Amino acid sequence: MLKIVVLLKQTFDTEEKIVVTPEGVDERDAKFVINPYDEYALEEAIRQRELLGGQVIAVSCGPERSQEALRTALAIGADEAIRLESDGLPDDSYAVAAALAAVIEPLAPDLLFAGLFAVDSGAGSVALQVAERLHLPHASSAVKVTIVSAGELASLPAAEALNAPAGLSAERYAVVERDVEGDTETVSIPLPALITAQQGLNEPRYPSLPGIMKAKRKPLRTITARELFGSGAAADENMANRTVRTQLLPPPPRAAGKILPGTPAEQAASLISLLQTEAKLL
Amino acid sequence: MIKTILVFAESRDGVLRRVALEALGAARRLAGKDGAVHAVLACSGGAAEEAATLTARGADVVHIADDPSLRAYAPEAYVAALGAAMAAVRPDAFLLGHTAAGRELAPRVAAAYGAGHIADVTAIDVSHDGGDVGFIRPLYAGKAFERRSFVPGHPWVITVRPNNLPAAEPIDAAERTGTVTALPFTVPPLYTAVRGLVRRTGGQLDLAEADVVVSGGRGVRSAAGFEPLHALAASLGGAVGASRGACDAGYCDYALQIGQTGKVVTPQLYIACGISGAIQHLAGMSQSRVIVAINKDPDAPIFGVADYGIIGDLFEVVPLLTAELQRVRS
Repeated sequence: MLKIVVLLKQTFDTEEKIVVTPEGVDERDAKFVINPYDEYALEEAIRQRELLGGQVIAVSCGPERSQEALRTALAIGADEAIRLESDGLPDDSYAVAAALAAVIEPLAPDLLFAGLFAVDSGAGSVALQVAERLHLPHASSAVKVTIVSAGELASLPAAEALNAPAGLSAERYAVVERDVEGDTETVSIPLPALITAQQGLNEPRYPSLPGIMKAKRKPLRTITARELFGSGAAADENMANRTVRTQLLPPPPRAAGKILPGTPAEQAASLISLLQTEAKLL
Repeated sequence: MIKTILVFAESRDGVLRRVALEALGAARRLAGKDGAVHAVLACSGGAAEEAATLTARGADVVHIADDPSLRAYAPEAYVAALGAAMAAVRPDAFLLGHTAAGRELAPRVAAAYGAGHIADVTAIDVSHDGGDVGFIRPLYAGKAFERRSFVPGHPWVITVRPNNLPAAEPIDAAERTGTVTALPFTVPPLYTAVRGLVRRTGGQLDLAEADVVVSGGRGVRSAAGFEPLHALAASLGGAVGASRGACDAGYCDYALQIGQTGKVVTPQLYIACGISGAIQHLAGMSQSRVIVAINKDPDAPIFGVADYGIIGDLFEVVPLLTAELQRVRS
């Protein structure tokens, strides 16, 4: 039996255009989805539960609209969901990680899954900060995850023994194949641990109709940072941000390009020549 | 003002990564004449050459953490070594490359040292009086940008995106008085057992660091269809990437995917072959300096961001480009 927590973030659909206004990014009529990397994390959590038994709890820090992402996670197969209210929390990875760690610590998960990064902020910082706060080891950018017992780990072929980890005695281990800038590294880490999901970890499933019906009766609760930390100086310190956005900018515009005419051979010759003379490349 | 800056001088296969020198360059500019720049090297079995490179390019002090536990990559050993450097130097700011290692080490160091973390920085914007330092970073993989600053009173942790900031250049030797020192650290219990490493990139440059990226989409039609792209990339000294369409179709590995899901690249030259230019792909490459698009469909959105467009069959055009390049060079 495994207790698995999945960190999810609701993000703009990656097919959406981003319109920068003086008030921030225009969210009107935008389609929101579960961050694609978090979908892999959720799917992996559900698969591990199906294999080994246990419970999957989806946790998200976000505004009220992110209830929808959590409801989807429940429809896909999570057993429970918790939304940490982002109103009142600063937009800063340190503060968000502090609050999420306070939500997750009492759950005492065996496994914590998260996406490699969220496609909106792109930082990939929060889940690792949570792991640091909870003193959990991690394996990031997973493309394959197998949970094994200590006995099973010992019987694995000792492929290149590249380092000698301490004589640990965990009940269970995760054997993780991870993408390292295109190469694949295989590591094992003892549970409890954080694993972040890279693209291609699995094929995320869609919510089924019965799943959607069942999700309506599954528990989804909301916690605020005040409920976690109370009030007073210590609470304020816990919720204090370390960084602040001072400006939101549209991407620099690109000048219109040239379409190169002629036969393929002429096009090739003029491109190489333009790259040398005009673009000062090659 | 920030006075003392620490840089993680990351190496790969015993060679300093260019992004380490880019971080060093940023540190040198931020520290100014009066500030001190420290660099930390993590190695197993010496790094004298790397240390010399760092001092020649602006590091005042190089700390070398040298221990067998740093041979294979166990993140907790690296966190301990970097933590020892943080404790020894007590920097105002700590800079790392936003690489596979940097992006997972930085959050841990930040959380452990009560520091803020600004990730994936592509430019640094300092106010005229130097009092306000802003870090520019992409949002939505480059569909928007933000300028982010640190709240005073705590250390800063910054990861810089490869290929965006100017690398530190050698400084006139007469002015340099860099010192190199051993960094003792306590090896923590190692949780991570590294059981194997399979090179799948065939020694190819990391996409994020490549100066030239030749990228294929659905138009490449098969795994074998990538061969002319590899040939062109090889003649340009670049790396091969792919669109989500090509990865989803199984023509290549997800490790090559460029886009809002996948890698974000900012090379000097990006050549998109048979890529229509879905918005999520554009997010991953539209900040490249020069973009070339080759596509049969004149209405493909990729032409909207391309500096040079060729409407035509990539299987005809790409080999001609490789040949033309060789002709011009000979």
